[in-house]
Amino acid sequence: MTAAASASPVLAVRNAEKRFGAVHALKGVSLEAYRGEVLALLGDNGAGKSTLVKCISGVHGLDGGEIELDGQRTAIHNPAAARSAGIETVYQDLALFDNLTPAQNFYCGRELSFPSWLPRGMRLLRRRAMDQEAAAVIERLKVRLPRFDAPVALMSGGQRQAIAVARATVFARKVVMLDEPTAALGLREARKVLDLIAQLRDEGNAVILITHNMEHVVELADRAVVLRQGRKVGELKPSKANQHELVSLIVGAEA
Amino acid sequence: MLAKQGPDTETAEVRARSLADGTALGVALKLLGIGPVLILILLVVGISLATPNFLKPVNLGNILAQSAVIAIVAIGQHLVILTRGIDLSVGANLALATVIGGLVYRLADSGPLVMIAMLTAGGLVGAVNGIVYVFGRLPHPFIITLATLSIARGLALEFAIGHTTMRGMPSEIAFIGGGATFGIPNSFFVVFGVAALVLLMARAMVWGRWIYAVGGKPEAAVQMGIPVKWVLVSVYVISGLCAGVGAIVLAGRTEAASPLYGNLLELDTIAAVIIGGASFLGGRGHIGHALVGAVMIGVIRNALNLLNVDVFFQMIAIGAIIVLAVEADVLRNHLEARVRVMQSGRAS
Repeated sequence: MTAAASASPVLAVRNAEKRFGAVHALKGVSLEAYRGEVLALLGDNGAGKSTLVKCISGVHGLDGGEIELDGQRTAIHNPAAARSAGIETVYQDLALFDNLTPAQNFYCGRELSFPSWLPRGMRLLRRRAMDQEAAAVIERLKVRLPRFDAPVALMSGGQRQAIAVARATVFARKVVMLDEPTAALGLREARKVLDLIAQLRDEGNAVILITHNMEHVVELADRAVVLRQGRKVGELKPSKANQHELVSLIVGAEA
Repeated sequence: MLAKQGPDTETAEVRARSLADGTALGVALKLLGIGPVLILILLVVGISLATPNFLKPVNLGNILAQSAVIAIVAIGQHLVILTRGIDLSVGANLALATVIGGLVYRLADSGPLVMIAMLTAGGLVGAVNGIVYVFGRLPHPFIITLATLSIARGLALEFAIGHTTMRGMPSEIAFIGGGATFGIPNSFFVVFGVAALVLLMARAMVWGRWIYAVGGKPEAAVQMGIPVKWVLVSVYVISGLCAGVGAIVLAGRTEAASPLYGNLLELDTIAAVIIGGASFLGGRGHIGHALVGAVMIGVIRNALNLLNVDVFFQMIAIGAIIVLAVEADVLRNHLEARVRVMQSGRAS
């Protein structure tokens, strides 16, 4: 728990419901996230973690329940709305554009442009400003890239992950959600990403982390919420001591 | 000390070797990137050695004029291909636009009016393509543009009421399509103008960046809040408008409209974009590729004519070149995957 953690939640989800046809993916899930805190979202495959994240990030709409940001009920109809509300997401597939450079990836969908009286798509790009600012962030986060002007297709899994997390870092103002950010990485690359997550937290964001790695949960998370079959089945403060309890909550084998 | 030296030199050696591999890969990727231009230069050199007539100004002017229509329509096609799409309707669309222009010409001998009619016809067919594809949730633009290929050709034949050529065009259009300034065909300036405009839009405007994003990874473009549907509609509209400009140039050069114009133009323009070096998988390519490819097709056609090779062989040659170009694209993806693996090995 860091000192920066504040008293009222920056994000609150209340009784979230989501159905995909016959599948009831979320059955009244509630959770709260606080600034300066890492919240682990745990659960087996199909528990509803990714669905919940996609509802908060605007990819899916909720069928019931509501989302509050800083106590204000907020409708998040699409990803652009979530991003402008200060919610950043690092998706499992990273949502990086292989054909674009790191800087172009950073600003994709919210390019710096002028003049502002034109419709967004018709404005002119401020390329140099975007390149410089992206380079500055990469530098600040100590992410090492082979080249800054090459498409990200030419970069390794860890470098790509770092770019995706760094992108979230630049724009996050309230909440950052990461869906299994270390799943495909080697030890050293995963370490680097964990450091970035800690940095996101220290900068005052509420971080929601989906992962299957219990060591990472114990190390980084201040709280853990466990989902099973679309329901919240538990919430506790993870530690070495209750690691087994967490796992049995996840798989549903209460002793 | 000695014991330590072993592994150190070994890693240094490994690193040196992987670096050498890296530069070799880099060179290979670079070569693939400029390959089309190199091939075009080799073609020009080879052909001009084989037939001295090739480099005569009159012949070069011919090549430019003949490549102009392909180049203009290929510029639109390249935007569509950048978004992982395809526009099969461009040839029929061009024919329909000339016929509609021909009909307007019978009512009023006005260059601007006829031009507006042709551009509107082209843009409308493009809009139908884009809107039905996106909002009809079709699985692939292949289907709708194949349908509009048939519909536009049918409409063109219908409107031409049995004529295969409708003679006559306003003098302004004849000047644009058939005239020359300082010995350079005016159609060349049209190509240049269209290219400059589209280049500006694709490179300097936010819209252009969105096209590359949509082509690079459509799902991610949605997640990043890009208005993907409207980006897609826009590229089909512009492809249709380019077919309209192509109609002006072709109708001007022949001073006629015809429902039979633009036959297999979809093939030529797709071939131009791919031969020029853009990726069929979307997201990679620029206007230079479309232009280089269009000139290459023009040069090959012209050379085969000068060398008295029969017309059927031209079709065979162009088909074979398309296969080679797509193979080069596959090879490039393969090499990039190798570079990626090496990066992971080197990552610290």
